[in-house]
Amino acid sequence: MSNSIIQIKDVNKWFGDFQVLKDINLEVEKNKKIVVCGPSGSGKSTLIRCINRLEEHQKGQIIVDGTELSEDTKNIEQVRAEVGMVFQQFNLFPHLSILDNCTLAPIWVKKLPKIQAEELAMKQLEKVQIADQAKKFPGQLSGGQQQRCAIARALCMEPKIMLFDEPTSALDPEMIKEVLDAMVNLAKAGMTMIVVTHEMGFAKEVADEVIFMDEGMIVEKAETKEFFANPKNDRTKLFLSQIL
Amino acid sequence: MNKINFLKPNKDNFYTYFYTGGFLFLLSFLDVFLNSFFKINITSFLPEFLSFMFPLIIGTIGLHLIRIEYSGLKNLDLLNKHINTNNFNAILTLLIIFIILKSTPQTMSWFILDATISGDSKEACTGSGACWTYIKIWFNRFMYGMYPNEFQWRINVSFIILIALAFVGYFSGEKLKKYLTFYYVIIYPIIAFIVIYYLISGGHFGLEWIETGAWGGISLTFIVSFFCLIFCFPIGMMLALGRRSELPTIKYISVGFIEFWRGVPLITVLFMSSVMFPMFLPQDFFLDKLVRVIIAISLFEAAYVAEVIRGGLQALPRGQYDAAKSLGMGYWKMHIFVILPQALKLVIPGIANTFLALVKDTPLIFVVGLLEIVGMLNLAKTNPKWLGFAMEGYVFAAIIFWIICYAMSKYSYNLELKYKTDR
Repeated sequence: MSNSIIQIKDVNKWFGDFQVLKDINLEVEKNKKIVVCGPSGSGKSTLIRCINRLEEHQKGQIIVDGTELSEDTKNIEQVRAEVGMVFQQFNLFPHLSILDNCTLAPIWVKKLPKIQAEELAMKQLEKVQIADQAKKFPGQLSGGQQQRCAIARALCMEPKIMLFDEPTSALDPEMIKEVLDAMVNLAKAGMTMIVVTHEMGFAKEVADEVIFMDEGMIVEKAETKEFFANPKNDRTKLFLSQIL
Repeated sequence: MNKINFLKPNKDNFYTYFYTGGFLFLLSFLDVFLNSFFKINITSFLPEFLSFMFPLIIGTIGLHLIRIEYSGLKNLDLLNKHINTNNFNAILTLLIIFIILKSTPQTMSWFILDATISGDSKEACTGSGACWTYIKIWFNRFMYGMYPNEFQWRINVSFIILIALAFVGYFSGEKLKKYLTFYYVIIYPIIAFIVIYYLISGGHFGLEWIETGAWGGISLTFIVSFFCLIFCFPIGMMLALGRRSELPTIKYISVGFIEFWRGVPLITVLFMSSVMFPMFLPQDFFLDKLVRVIIAISLFEAAYVAEVIRGGLQALPRGQYDAAKSLGMGYWKMHIFVILPQALKLVIPGIANTFLALVKDTPLIFVVGLLEIVGMLNLAKTNPKWLGFAMEGYVFAAIIFWIICYAMSKYSYNLELKYKTDR
């Protein structure tokens, strides 16, 4: 066995009659940063949502850190606790303060004592530089701050893998950088990351590999330098010419 | 609102307009006031139709004249901005004020001036107004129903205990705060049941047993409403979750339950609870009439509560579920900590609505022979010594219900404000 932390084998998924994922094969090694790009509707969000089973795949195998995703709810909850996720729309809990957003899951899922959970949360909030907002509610924060809080919230579960689903797409341009900076710091700290994004600058800076998806298939997968300098597939070339 | 057709007199004319307009406006008031309170018609020299319309015409002209832009007088500007924006609004304003003025004397005289409260029999009521003597004499019955007079202190004591215990939340220290929900949802109803069972019902510790058929009046309204509110809420919540469950058995049981109870009138439910329900029970199994009624109303209202809560659940964006799941929360943790707090906050107005309806539905328990306040009224108005005072009785009941419901609605507004966390 390789030291892959995520193994995706021949995964297929349909929404009704429409096939969103076609024979996806992917292995992600520990501490690697993967950027997934592609036009909208290409199935990239669905793919990473399958990794923590927010979507179910209908055929194939997904193994996360040695646990295969199946109907077994215990397995799924265990996997989810190890896989952090950051969403396009932040999805903070609006009825809880920033601090409570971060401590909720550690207290109730990981059963940490409250004081310890709060210390951990403050540490993570410090890392994304919004520790001073801890007592506020999500509605009082800017988009960038909310997204950074969402990152901190996911990190509070001390996950082994972080999934990012277009984390900067819903942000105003001037706030994108602060979120990307937080992600770069996280990458440098050695987190295993899969990032769906259109921010090619970010991809160039931190990604080990870039995957290009179109129409539910992985069209091209290459080392970052190779991917940008020397794309092989025509569709990749077209996409890159439009986005860069 | 954007276009207020202000008059724009220049500085010199300002006071001419202001005083003429003001005078005409006040004159119209004076006319209506004298007319309704003292029956004096100062415009009797005019033809009848003109005399009738006089205040309206004068008042409109008056308001028209004082509609001055940036008059510099704060109150006049406020008046112009809010109720005197154009002639149509001016007429509406005048009409509303005139109708209130016209109806005040009659209302006042019925309620207070010509009303009687002294004496202790029907003969004392000679005036043309309300006979509050009737309410006074029957007050005990309206409060306690047929509960024996000498034992009424038991009801008073239990209500005082329960009200005192309800305020525990205000005095609890920081340390106990987290147990408050548990206290109010589980402990408090149990205490309430024990207090009511031992103190009001009696039969233990040397207290005489008083059957529930004798309970009545406002105290019964409170008892029934209280327990129904407490029971129907959690049941409704479970049904709402059940209806959205992915397990078909749970889902269809919930749907069936909700649709059944929403489809039948409360009065038939109550009737069945008292007449048919005992037939299905084993012979030696006895369930008190009051308990059966409370169960019936709770289940009935739970179906409504369920649909209200379901509305709140559906209003939440899917991202909230995704986020909770992605943090490793299971079904119950997700619902208890993330979904329900937000959904319930959204449906406070709807829940308040259902609860008000519930309180106002309680008089229907007369069909099983339980007489709360309206039931007692119906009984009292057929008493041969006190015929003909139905009006006073219903006004009294209306006031009581209004106070209860207004308090509840105020409380629900406060809750809404308290849990408002978005900007």
